[in-house]
Amino acid sequence: MSQSLLYNVLIPVTKAVVCFLVVALVAGVLTLIERRVLAALQIRKGPNRVGWNGALQWLADVVKLITKEDHVPSKAEKVVHLLAPLLVMAPALTVFAVLPFGPDFSVTLPWIGKVTTPVHAAADVNVALLLLLAVSSIGVYGIILGGWGSNSKYALVGGLRSAAQLISYEVPMGFAVVAAILMANSLSLVAIIEAQRKAGVWFVFPGLIAFFCYFVSGVAETNRIPFDLPEAESELVAGFHTEYSGFRWAIFFLSEYANMIVISTVATTLFFGGWLRPFPNVAWLGFLDVVPPMAWLLLKVCLFLFVYIWFRGTFPRYRFDQLMALGWKALLPISLGNLVLVAFAALWGAAGLRVLGAVLTVAFAGGLLWARLRPARPRGTTSMAGRPAEVRV
Amino acid sequence: MSEGTPGTAALVPPPEEPTLLGLHEMELNFGPQHPATHGVLRVVLKVDGERIVSARPDVGYLHRGTEKLFETETYPMVIPHTDRMDYVAAATNNHAYCLAVEKILGVEVPKRAQYIRVLLDEMQRVSSHLLWLATAAIDLGAITPFFYTFREREVILDLFEEYCGARLTLNCMRIGGLPVDLTPGWVERTQAFFETLEAKIDEYEDLLTENRIWKERTVGIGVLAADRCVAWGVTGPVLRAAGVAWDVRRALPYECYPELEFDIPVGKNADTYDRYLVRVAELRQSRRIALQCCDWLAKNPEGEIRGKVPRVIKPAAGMAYASVEAPKGELGFFLVSSGANKPYRLHVRAPSFVNLQSLPEMIRGHLVSDLVAVIGTYDIVLGEVDR
Repeated sequence: MSQSLLYNVLIPVTKAVVCFLVVALVAGVLTLIERRVLAALQIRKGPNRVGWNGALQWLADVVKLITKEDHVPSKAEKVVHLLAPLLVMAPALTVFAVLPFGPDFSVTLPWIGKVTTPVHAAADVNVALLLLLAVSSIGVYGIILGGWGSNSKYALVGGLRSAAQLISYEVPMGFAVVAAILMANSLSLVAIIEAQRKAGVWFVFPGLIAFFCYFVSGVAETNRIPFDLPEAESELVAGFHTEYSGFRWAIFFLSEYANMIVISTVATTLFFGGWLRPFPNVAWLGFLDVVPPMAWLLLKVCLFLFVYIWFRGTFPRYRFDQLMALGWKALLPISLGNLVLVAFAALWGAAGLRVLGAVLTVAFAGGLLWARLRPARPRGTTSMAGRPAEVRV
Repeated sequence: MSEGTPGTAALVPPPEEPTLLGLHEMELNFGPQHPATHGVLRVVLKVDGERIVSARPDVGYLHRGTEKLFETETYPMVIPHTDRMDYVAAATNNHAYCLAVEKILGVEVPKRAQYIRVLLDEMQRVSSHLLWLATAAIDLGAITPFFYTFREREVILDLFEEYCGARLTLNCMRIGGLPVDLTPGWVERTQAFFETLEAKIDEYEDLLTENRIWKERTVGIGVLAADRCVAWGVTGPVLRAAGVAWDVRRALPYECYPELEFDIPVGKNADTYDRYLVRVAELRQSRRIALQCCDWLAKNPEGEIRGKVPRVIKPAAGMAYASVEAPKGELGFFLVSSGANKPYRLHVRAPSFVNLQSLPEMIRGHLVSDLVAVIGTYDIVLGEVDR
């Protein structure tokens, strides 16, 4: 068998299929994990009946959703209505093609011999970040079209909100990503991870500001609380997917979770060293290598996913004009200013990055301390509590 | 605008205003089946983008003709019907009605019954405000406070159940007093609950009060200044958040309230955030009152719980109006007697209904998202709006 067939067709296809199945599976399981974690935050139990402690609940949900009626409203744009969920799902899955899950991996196969390949779905694309940004923003079309094609005013408003949201968070997100590119000097995700090993510091330290901008924008991109404006249950009933039912609705639902995984993985890759263990250059921490690289990545991604769920348990929802103000008036200037800062540090090489990282970390810790020690407003008071009653009869 | 003046709201449609590019507004039908309208309220919105040009509340989807029904029932039989008006605050409904009948009969309620009634009222106020906090937070997307407040509300409902057998539609008062005396140990359990409540209220405040997003969504939203509140007849926390310290418990005292120590929390900015602060402060004040009542009841474990009421209640022909400070505002019953054993007419001044009238004024110029915050801030119960 020729080597090119193996490397260009067989391995990528195998990995794509595995990746697709794994992502679909993980997204399903994630719905269950979210419900359990959220329940723990809210002093209740969550699903615990189907399977061991509710472990099969997600499977039961899938079966339920597949067997439900797939209803298309009358006078809806049928083609658009049917196409929209796929337009959301496809980019969410496509992005996984370029996400690196581990370092080069060698295996000796029968008949073929030794095969060395990076552990991600497709080849290591040298413009992976551009591809990622481009593909993931296509997902919004599905939401807009789903809202427009449903022949429902609530869905329409949800779709429009999604469009407004897209233009507000995509720009700061782009600038946050550029900061990581500057530090690594490459657009390839694998190279970015390797650069973090060489610099001896995770990019989250010098790129602290960029990371915050990226993650906030990421939450907005995945339509999660506090930025779940396009679906905003209490305002728009269900927003863009008001008129969806059955498995088409489930596809929207699953792609939201797939997108969460994407954002978490990208955040880990760009800022938390991807599959690297903590302090990859410190020799005496070598015992940490017992944990395989992929497990490190998984651990970090799970941490981000937990943060997502934690947000949902804690925050109220922004108003869409407030999100736009946040995007344009706060995140954009901050990420732009940060870009200048990082550019100067990167000019100075790895040492510059370490110095910037130290400064930002100290500043961040100081800020946290200040927020903790700041005197709180006395409890049980309104602005004028205790004023003698003025009675007008 | 015609809607700005009380009395003409909803009757005269507002004139068509030219919008950007001369386009027409979209009409958005908000409710009656909608997750955030707290029942079957329908609001017909004219929106320009998401900005609300005009809002017309349409009520009546839960109308059951309760006031007409009152006229066919004897006086004691009316009490369970009052439960079904503000169904999350049945005790205060019972109380206001009983006060009106007692007023026309000239019946004196025994001291012990007064304290128990006030205690039940304050427990009801706490449970109603907890429900409000839960739903108002969910309306703005914060789902967790719901579970925290319901943890405490559950205890109150258990205590109600122990006292009168019902958790929601209590039917817990009688003309001239109470149906039954307290069960042994009930006062202690109630006291123990209120002792722990303060820390729980701190928990809710930790989640919301200084939360940046919560403040952005509520500060400056739905401002209704004091003079406009008075013009619309708005009462309760909405009025007090505007800085007017009108509380029926102090202004037109009833039962044993003059003997109890409590403050009337008032706000300053008349916005959704101040209404939130006022209600949370009222939770703490209700706790103070309840603890005082528990103290008194622990010291006076014996006593009459019913005044001298004739077996057949036939008040002399006349009229009486009595009101209480219900969780939603001033709840009044206006009773006209023809000398029969049934009310000739029994009109209810329902705070939810009166407050809701000011919705078009409060919401104009805000966004659709704010409508949810504003409907939540009224603390309406449609059972009381429509009756």
